[in-house]
Amino acid sequence: MAQQAEPADAGLQSIPALLARNAERLGGRPAYREKEFGIWQSWSWAEAEKEIRALALGMLNLGLAPGDHVAVIGRNRPAHYWAMIAAQMCGAVPVPLYQDAVAEEMSYVLGHCGARFVICGDQEQVDKVLEVQEHAPGVEQIIYTDKRGMRKYDHSRMNALEDVQSEGRAAAQRLSAELDARIAALDYDSTCVMLYTSGTTGKPKGVVLSNRNIIETARNTSEFDKLTYRDEVLAYLPMAWVGDFIFSMGQATWTGFTVNCPESAATMMTDLREIGPTYFFAPPRVFEGQLTNVMIRMEDAGRFKRWLFRHYMKVANRVGPSLLDRKPVGLGGRLAYGLGKLFIYGPLKNTLGYSRIRVGYTAGEAIGPEIFDFYRSLGINLKQLYGQTEASVFITQQPDGGVRSDTVGVPSPGVELKIGDTGEVFYRSPGTFVEYYQNPESTASTKDPEGWVATGDAGFFDQETGQLRIIDRAKDVGKMADGTMFAPKFVENKLKFYPNILEAVVLGNGRDYCTAMINIDLSAVGNWAERNNIAYASYQELAGHPHVYAAIRSHVEEVNRSVAEDPMLSGCQIHRFLVLHKELDADDGELTRTRKVRRAVIAEKFSDLVTALYDGSDTVYTETEVTYEDGRKGKIKATLKLENAEVVPGDEQKVAAE
Amino acid sequence: MSDTMLLDAPAEGYVTADGRQIGPVVMDLKNITLRFGGVVAIKDISFDIRQGEIRAIIGPNGAGKSSMLNVISGFYVPQEGEVWFKGYRRGPMRPYQVARLGIARTFQNIALFDGMSVLDNIMTGRLNKTKSGFLSQALWWGPAEREEIANREQVEKIIDFLEIQNIRKTPVGRLPYGLKKRVELARALAAEPQILLLDEPMAGMNVEEKEDMSRFILDVNDEFGTTTVLIEHDMGVVMDLSDRVVVMDYGRKIGDGTPDEVRNNQEVIDAYLGVAHD
Repeated sequence: MAQQAEPADAGLQSIPALLARNAERLGGRPAYREKEFGIWQSWSWAEAEKEIRALALGMLNLGLAPGDHVAVIGRNRPAHYWAMIAAQMCGAVPVPLYQDAVAEEMSYVLGHCGARFVICGDQEQVDKVLEVQEHAPGVEQIIYTDKRGMRKYDHSRMNALEDVQSEGRAAAQRLSAELDARIAALDYDSTCVMLYTSGTTGKPKGVVLSNRNIIETARNTSEFDKLTYRDEVLAYLPMAWVGDFIFSMGQATWTGFTVNCPESAATMMTDLREIGPTYFFAPPRVFEGQLTNVMIRMEDAGRFKRWLFRHYMKVANRVGPSLLDRKPVGLGGRLAYGLGKLFIYGPLKNTLGYSRIRVGYTAGEAIGPEIFDFYRSLGINLKQLYGQTEASVFITQQPDGGVRSDTVGVPSPGVELKIGDTGEVFYRSPGTFVEYYQNPESTASTKDPEGWVATGDAGFFDQETGQLRIIDRAKDVGKMADGTMFAPKFVENKLKFYPNILEAVVLGNGRDYCTAMINIDLSAVGNWAERNNIAYASYQELAGHPHVYAAIRSHVEEVNRSVAEDPMLSGCQIHRFLVLHKELDADDGELTRTRKVRRAVIAEKFSDLVTALYDGSDTVYTETEVTYEDGRKGKIKATLKLENAEVVPGDEQKVAAE
Repeated sequence: MSDTMLLDAPAEGYVTADGRQIGPVVMDLKNITLRFGGVVAIKDISFDIRQGEIRAIIGPNGAGKSSMLNVISGFYVPQEGEVWFKGYRRGPMRPYQVARLGIARTFQNIALFDGMSVLDNIMTGRLNKTKSGFLSQALWWGPAEREEIANREQVEKIIDFLEIQNIRKTPVGRLPYGLKKRVELARALAAEPQILLLDEPMAGMNVEEKEDMSRFILDVNDEFGTTTVLIEHDMGVVMDLSDRVVVMDYGRKIGDGTPDEVRNNQEVIDAYLGVAHD
């Protein structure tokens, strides 16, 4: 058995080729594991190759042709990864879809890619595909993984995956030559996968990624983090997401590490503990949720345990990050940290399932610095990356020893970056997508002839570290009246990291100074009010309470101090703010369904409040229409206070509040 | 009593509209009368249960439904009448004999071991499939070990089937009501019953839990072909799930047939709308 999966040579230009290499060199090592019937079932690379080959032969037997699209809809299971590789072996293009998509969303995508074969995880997915069949007339064969409840269906064009495999095995003699020819025909330019972007604006677009995109990216990033065949990942993020494809397919086949699939979505946390992955990815909300859980459980613990926890978390905060970055730490600090590891960090990491993590990534949205620091201080090497589907994920990532909570890292190996005139970030990389499927206009408007792709995000390079910092969506970034940069989300994120603040809207484009509208978090503030004997009858009353205003003002002023440290964005300090009398709500159109602030709607709906924020008045009377959950409409009347916040005068700061 | 088409169905069975195979009569209850002292709980009732069907017993409170279920399970022995099970007339039995016959049940009031985990609770359902002796079990050696592994495999299949993997190790006492009901169903299924008796499986559930439970009852019947007898008050559920319905009122049988036939039966309507009894 090889000690290390070796670098690419000319023969390794497709995932099936990598699979064959792994089966040969890492034959006995576990490739896939899945918890089923309460036990981790595992397949070595050699076994996996046999399974995949049988499936590919079976699909060939059913008439899969080169260039066909094969949709895969289901949760993370080895069989579904196998189906994607099997499709590639046949020269077809796998198209993983979001399993929680409703039928109509699925109908567009199935129709657009013209999938002939659909792999469904279970009865639920089969039902959806059958429901949209008239919009996706191209679907010829449905293959399902879980047999449950499928007995009564018309099976004239439907098969269980197991049966397809057994028929494939039976047809091996007849079809092997054809399959080998098709595998041999795959090269760096053949399509590896097609992934649909989530499509928050307009219809989803099919991003075509070639073998070159995926394999080069997998190779570069595996080397960046020194991933080897000994690593373990937990595959639990949607298969339709590019990240899962890179981690569980690209990097997994490149390095030969083990992909572990949880038993079900509900058991993910238990499975995480049992596997203890060494390489892990999670969006910030997963880390947030776990931290909150830990804190709540510590509140219930005995006094001694609480003291021990607090004491050693302080130690961890002081020396943990430096130890992780291999910076010099005094003997006393090392000793205290060692004891803390024995009493607190070790058991805690074990409970969370992070005992063995070597490399952890978070991305997608901004992560709160306290949350980030909490995990790092425990000795978990959590880092940030920045990427998108069109780049095969990786644009920038943080190197070991260069991790900060407010940057997203240095360009990934092979990626070139530039900042446009408007502050927008552009990249060019080996992972840059081939095209949007059947959409040359969008391809042309996103990727210029030289291969530079606009990210749609505004950012700049941090002078101190040379790492990229993302400040906002490019279209939201503006200029203030005096010409300084205005990046609302940058400030809003800082505000939202306070548990008391649920939502914040920062205004100031084209104005003299910035102001903010703030939503309190009812659970956090309500809890605080209860503990401090502050009586309130409604959300509105609590939001307007002088103590709440005082607390929010102190948060705003802290944010101002932190914003002021940033020379480019110090103009975004908040001079005046108000606490909103109602929670911003998607039902009222103020937020999108994914809880993103709709600035235009808010500016229009609360125009009286915006005026008051800028005309210097102390209070403002307002009436707001609200929609109740049953669809009825009502009005909330309120008189809101406006308060000033202290700002830190910058070098060229002209306007100071009072 | 309204004789119906289905009661005249061929003895060897028939196929339902949705393609399920219903077999011959597996249990025949003939002229059952059950008395508690002077109180007559069941008065001269006859009906049969066919292999693979979902048979519902409905009726107002105090109609004698649960007593009927206890007669089927063998817990009560009727003073008059005969119970024929798989072609043999059944005499008085002890509880373990009932279980060995392949009759399992769930209870109106949940009867699980609160301090034990979900897994252990379901494992108790395998007890009558265990044949190794006390000593080898105590030492967990040889046949006992093999048997436990086989039993665990069966239990895991049921856990997978009822989608309760995430609570496998949770003590039952910590579970919400709807899940406890599901665990109880799991334990009954672990016994691989030929007849599954469900006493108000949906009582106290919200709409979503009822939908889940209905789906599981149908899936169990579809997947394992388990003959199911259920008592339920939710008419929507009964009419959707069952193949045939027996209606009881004051210990008498007032209707028997398909859901549609029962729904249009005047006596049943009267019983439910509350017409004065003579």
